[in-house]
Amino acid sequence: MIFPLRSEPAVEATGLVKKFHAVKAVDGVDLVVPRGGIYSVLGPNGAGKTTVIRILATLATPDGGQARVLGRDVVSEAAKVRERIGLTGQFATVDEELTGTENLIMLARLQGFSRAASVRRASDLLGAVSLDAAADRLVKKYSGGMRRRLDIAASIIVTPDLLFLDEPTTGLDPRSRAQVWETVRGLVEVGTTILLTTQYLDEADQLADRIAVMEHGKVIAEGTPGQLKSSVGVGTLRIRLREAAQRPEAIRVLAEDLQITAQEEADAVGLTARVPGSDADLAVSAVSRLAGRGISVTDFALGQPSLDEVFLALTGHTTDRNDQEEAA
Amino acid sequence: MTVQLTSSAADTSGSSDLRDVLMRGTRPPRANAFTVTMTFGWRALLKIKHGPMQLFDVTVFPLMLTLMFTYLLGGAIAGSTTVYLQDLLPGILVMAILMITQYTGAALNSDRTKGVFDRFKTLAIWRPGSVIGAMLGDLVRYSIAGILVVLLGVALGFRPAGGVIGVALGLMVVLLFSFAISWMWTAAAFVMPTPHSTMAAGAIIIFPLTFLSNIFADPKTMPGWLQAFIDVNPVTYVVSATRNLMFDRPLGNDLLWVLVSSAVIVAIFGPLTMWLYKNKQ
Repeated sequence: MIFPLRSEPAVEATGLVKKFHAVKAVDGVDLVVPRGGIYSVLGPNGAGKTTVIRILATLATPDGGQARVLGRDVVSEAAKVRERIGLTGQFATVDEELTGTENLIMLARLQGFSRAASVRRASDLLGAVSLDAAADRLVKKYSGGMRRRLDIAASIIVTPDLLFLDEPTTGLDPRSRAQVWETVRGLVEVGTTILLTTQYLDEADQLADRIAVMEHGKVIAEGTPGQLKSSVGVGTLRIRLREAAQRPEAIRVLAEDLQITAQEEADAVGLTARVPGSDADLAVSAVSRLAGRGISVTDFALGQPSLDEVFLALTGHTTDRNDQEEAA
Repeated sequence: MTVQLTSSAADTSGSSDLRDVLMRGTRPPRANAFTVTMTFGWRALLKIKHGPMQLFDVTVFPLMLTLMFTYLLGGAIAGSTTVYLQDLLPGILVMAILMITQYTGAALNSDRTKGVFDRFKTLAIWRPGSVIGAMLGDLVRYSIAGILVVLLGVALGFRPAGGVIGVALGLMVVLLFSFAISWMWTAAAFVMPTPHSTMAAGAIIIFPLTFLSNIFADPKTMPGWLQAFIDVNPVTYVVSATRNLMFDRPLGNDLLWVLVSSAVIVAIFGPLTMWLYKNKQ
């Protein structure tokens, strides 16, 4: 028997293609995910992220190309791959008609734990994801965040070498989101490699060591969060004025003194400008210039590039919202 | 709401717990086929426990059939409802249980169209266990339905000469054939888009199979072409075998044909179901 070397990447995919009828949901994806840490696939709904995950998790067979997960081919060695991965799907992959405890006991039994060990494991895991109080409640009565955490607990009954998390925080409130992030970071510490998909740049930025940006079934950019953001090269400066009447003058001042092209927001006192990088100095001098001209600013914020801006920079167009809903 | 309180109260139970738990998540030896099947059977029973209403469908419907057909046709066909009931009850039992087997397909389709099936598919387990286990759980429901129908029959004047043992053996034949025919619905569950359409597809097959049989009337009274169909309809043999066991009459070849047709159905639809399991996405 040949044991794969530790240094072999967690995922190595070349030219993956998956068609649904005439549409190529995945259109020639190459992906190399190193061992350890968190790798994020970022993109809008319908970009093909979920399909890539389904192929790598052996739930779908590719129509073209090939993929190795932990050194095993996802098609010809699917059973071997399954022994070492965990998956938390985009839609909760737990049984709603059972309690949290019953879900975990069932999955532990299926994976070879004895009856007593399954009960213990279920209780330990529920504690670790802070669901002990809801252990004996039916999952259909769980909130979205609780379901997600149960889902993650279900994926780590046997600590996987590679865990797929498909949009683990979509639709969650900020607190639940933070709890999911905490769990994900805990997994990395014990050596699990995480491949997570997300629609949120800030999530990828907070968690990931590397990011692949996907659109229309293709990877359009890949790199560390820093590389990606500097390639985008823009941030968003938002300014709110005290007087709506001063807005035209404020726009003129910013353009003449700092060469910043500001746009009017729907809100009569709001201004938005795209500025290079995350240049805090520029933001500060913009505010002080305005104050120097007697234009009082009530609030300002310098945001990192939004996903839309990343897309604009990478593709020359913004993400098409209607497109996404349909393809989701 | 308590839901909110739970998640916030437990907010701080730190990730050191998690790390401990993860460190202990070593993979045990793979679960054997029996354990996998029984675990899925346990799941099916838990669902009955948490949603006893699902027993309502499978019990009320058979009882309704028994009452309706006994009083609707008894006088016309046998001259008396009690006389007719002796012949009809084993047949109604077969019909009622075969009809509710369609729930097996609907439940599997619902698993597949929701996310939970994806989880099962990513586990390295003996896959037929998930289907067979669910069927074993369903057998419990069929048994309950069958026993209730027999009890109702006895209350209405059903007096099987085979006694409790004869009735139990008859019921087992019905359960055996139900198990076999369920594989047709599980295959359908992988092809049809919704639980509802899975049931509808099953109904198209189960209605002619049960009505065009010897359940309601003696086939000798029917036109030749219909007799020819009834002769090759396996349900006819299930009904005959059940009647003969319940009334302690000689079995003839009926039971053999039940076994053969069950084996043929499973041999075709078992592998087909598992092929669809693997290949339908």
